[in-house]
Amino acid sequence: MNFQLPDIGPVIPEIVMTGIALILLTAELFIKNKKVLAFLSVVGVCGVASTLIVTSGITFGGMFISDGYSTFFKLIFFINAILSILISVKYIAIEKVNFGEYYSLILFSTLGMMIMASASDLIVLYLGLELMALSTYILAGFIRYDIRSNEAALKYFLLGAFSSAFLLYGISIIYGLTGTTDLKAIALYITKHGLTGNPSLLLSMLLFAVAFGFKIAAVPFHMWAPDVYEGAPTSITAFMSVGPKAAGFAALGRVFMIAFGDIQIEWTTVLIPLSILSMAVGNIVAIAQTNIKRMLAYSSIAHAGYALLGVIVANNEGLAGMMTYLMIYAFMNIGAFAVVIMLRTEGFRGEDIKDYEGLAKTHPLLAAIMLIFMFSLTGIPPTAGFIGKLYVFMSAIDAGYTWLVVVAVIFSVISAYFYLRIVMYMYMKDPKVEVSVSTSPSMNLALILTTVAVLAIGVFPSLLVDFAKAAISGF
Amino acid sequence: MEQVIMNKLAYPILSTIIFLPVVGALFLLLINRSRELIIKWVALIFSTATFVLSLPLFASFDKTTYKMQFVERHEWIPAWNINYYLGVDGISVLLVLLTTLSSILCILISWDAIKIKIKEFYIAILLTCGAIAGVFCSLDFFLFYIFWEAMLIPMYLIIGVWGGPNRIYATIKFILYTLIGSVLMLVGIIYLYLYAGNTFDIPELMTKSYPYTVQLWLFWAFFAAFAVKVPMFPVHTWLPDAHTEAPTAGSVILAAILIKMGAYGFLRFSLPLFPEATKAMVPVMFTLSVIAIIYAGLVCLAQKDLKRLIAYSSVSHMGFITMGIFALNSQGIEGGILQMINHGVVTGALFMCVGIIYDRTHSRQIADHQGLSTPMPVYATFFMVFTLAAIGLPGTNGFIGEFLTILGGFTANKLVGVFAATGVIICAGYMLWLYQRLFFMKVHEKVVDLPDMDAREIIALAPLVILVFWIGVYPVPFLDFMHPTVQHLLERVNAGGMQEINIAKIILEVIR
Repeated sequence: MNFQLPDIGPVIPEIVMTGIALILLTAELFIKNKKVLAFLSVVGVCGVASTLIVTSGITFGGMFISDGYSTFFKLIFFINAILSILISVKYIAIEKVNFGEYYSLILFSTLGMMIMASASDLIVLYLGLELMALSTYILAGFIRYDIRSNEAALKYFLLGAFSSAFLLYGISIIYGLTGTTDLKAIALYITKHGLTGNPSLLLSMLLFAVAFGFKIAAVPFHMWAPDVYEGAPTSITAFMSVGPKAAGFAALGRVFMIAFGDIQIEWTTVLIPLSILSMAVGNIVAIAQTNIKRMLAYSSIAHAGYALLGVIVANNEGLAGMMTYLMIYAFMNIGAFAVVIMLRTEGFRGEDIKDYEGLAKTHPLLAAIMLIFMFSLTGIPPTAGFIGKLYVFMSAIDAGYTWLVVVAVIFSVISAYFYLRIVMYMYMKDPKVEVSVSTSPSMNLALILTTVAVLAIGVFPSLLVDFAKAAISGF
Repeated sequence: MEQVIMNKLAYPILSTIIFLPVVGALFLLLINRSRELIIKWVALIFSTATFVLSLPLFASFDKTTYKMQFVERHEWIPAWNINYYLGVDGISVLLVLLTTLSSILCILISWDAIKIKIKEFYIAILLTCGAIAGVFCSLDFFLFYIFWEAMLIPMYLIIGVWGGPNRIYATIKFILYTLIGSVLMLVGIIYLYLYAGNTFDIPELMTKSYPYTVQLWLFWAFFAAFAVKVPMFPVHTWLPDAHTEAPTAGSVILAAILIKMGAYGFLRFSLPLFPEATKAMVPVMFTLSVIAIIYAGLVCLAQKDLKRLIAYSSVSHMGFITMGIFALNSQGIEGGILQMINHGVVTGALFMCVGIIYDRTHSRQIADHQGLSTPMPVYATFFMVFTLAAIGLPGTNGFIGEFLTILGGFTANKLVGVFAATGVIICAGYMLWLYQRLFFMKVHEKVVDLPDMDAREIIALAPLVILVFWIGVYPVPFLDFMHPTVQHLLERVNAGGMQEINIAKIILEVIR
């Protein structure tokens, strides 16, 4: 038995990412100016992103795959990480939790997501998921002296642990059934032995749906989201609302499309109610929220419902729609959180939606930017949010789910009510309290990036759409 | 490309009409907000330039063909076969001109009325007018939908920021009503796109035929959007609120061009794309139109608020337009199109008139303005012209439009014609009564010292007076625009045989 070094080509981005995260962890001891760490981590992520171009292929005996699908998702994770770091720099100083580990934890979490997107084996998937989740638990509780942050971390940890347990249970059943954890081999075994109606297979699929449902915060597995989003540091809320959700979708898409390809009818039957419930509960409960972080938490639940439509369609077009949607969601949602963070200053929390009253008068430019994000989240052209919805809806109608799209558009009208309420507070009311905003160069950069992206994708969607179509073509 | 006539002018005229206001808005963004006068002048210059540059549409329009003219076409999103595709024909050309004219008038009429967030206001006005022009020019469904929805953003702000006391309720109602209609249309558009083989190309879609059941579903999906915009009974309730609370310029945009988008949608899409469904639905449309005409007219009689009264009269007048369109004969449709222009001119002017006294007294109550003709004789004269035009007195534009629509309605269905004619009488009732209460009663103490209209206000209203008489006395130049297009449209509609509505069959197909 001779030992052979596996082809490390496809895992170069992950290796580089690990290296950078470790270097940052060490450098934290010597570098006192934390802004330098933030800068280094952004540069590092950009560096990792550049290695994506050259990597593709399957390695580690088929456990790890780098293809267009994973590359697209990794780009979402990088954008998520970079934007989250940019909006954090000043914020964590204001919250007095300016520790260097913060940045390396973000990178470790991103590394976990990358592994999830590339996993073609259930064990690798689990590894990535745990790495992502553990780092995020710590980040959620990063404001140690704040009881809300502690609560968020504990809640996230407990419910996350449950979902991991569900996932493991699902994995063990499927392993017991097919004797393998490789996605392709599972599919092959199911086809070969005609297991499609097998109750344990269905149970396993159901457990996977539960576990991923937790990660993407789909109703009824969303209970943690509002509390965690509200309690966690706002920059981490932005990070969590996009990254782990996208990673969950990446894994969901790959596992369900490949391993469970033969029981597609069964899992679409499971996902359709999840999608409808997410849109319904997310959009309707958001109306009642007075805390903007909670409102955005419910909105993020609703958006999971829209993105789920793409998975339900269960073809390449649907997945490309889902990927486009998540990329656009990354820009508009982190952009909205960036504005929320800017309202947080020393001694002023700025989380109540009433704090937005008259913002257009005191800070016209900031209000205009928030207006763009709110309209984009509603899905009104010419913003990017419309393109995301359109793509998903088009694929769904093409697959014959016209009724589901009608349900979705009606809920998106309901969502207009609470998104536009923010606009209404900003533009149509007079300022009651003196609101000052905390600006910093990195924050400005993040706002410029997200605003430009939301408008540019809205007007010229070709680039992103073509990229998503190309990325999915080899799936 | 034989179906369309490309733009032969030296500049891309339709793109200019749409995007020059947008450029103006961006330019305003750069001006310091304390320079209020410069902001106003820049907005006025951009809107005037847009209007002047749009005039070749009137002069160089080929009135002998139904084909799309001044066409511009560029590839935009190849992955979805979406093109940047603009053009106008006899249905849209006058509406585009009305849009460019309205934007000037809106800016003139708001000159002194808007005192807060001036910069944002003029940006919003320019963006709205640009987007609405885009709606009328788009020949690609995707592009059309982008403009259709994009228009909502500035309009939401215009009503919500600069409106009256109850503006927030009104603006949310406006946006929710229109959105629910629009998104259902979006589903319809996507369905059509996929059904027709991945194309958003409107002229191409019009050459295809669709099964009756598909037509019927799509007809209702589009109906949701257009009926809310028109607005037709029973989804008209947002309009009185929006009109009442909007600032004058907002009311003018709403009345003159925004609600025309709905009627335009019926003409441009519902009739030629779904001819069989349209024919089957004529009784429903007639019923809704007649209810709108008579019910809204009666509601007008009970109004104490000036703007609300004119808003309800809008609903009533739009009933004539939808009746004319669904009469499906050349008189009805041509009358409908002409009446769209007329209504834009007259109701726009009436809202401007209301704005003029609102600026002076800050009241919209009819009872507060009795005896206005003593302090404001010039104003009284202008108001008289528009009142008579709204009633449809011969010699004014309202007569031509209403006469043609009623003629069309009568030809199609005598009973409908009779009911619609009743609407004209009701209209005379509430408009003359309004005029009497406003101008001929004992002079109210609040209005004794009011100054008459100044030069700016006269300049803003004068073009509309000219249009009232021009169209009223010699409508031929305007009707000439429409003949070939309307004939072509009717050929398309009448090509297929009338189909019975078979509910049971539809239900069966849906279940399958």
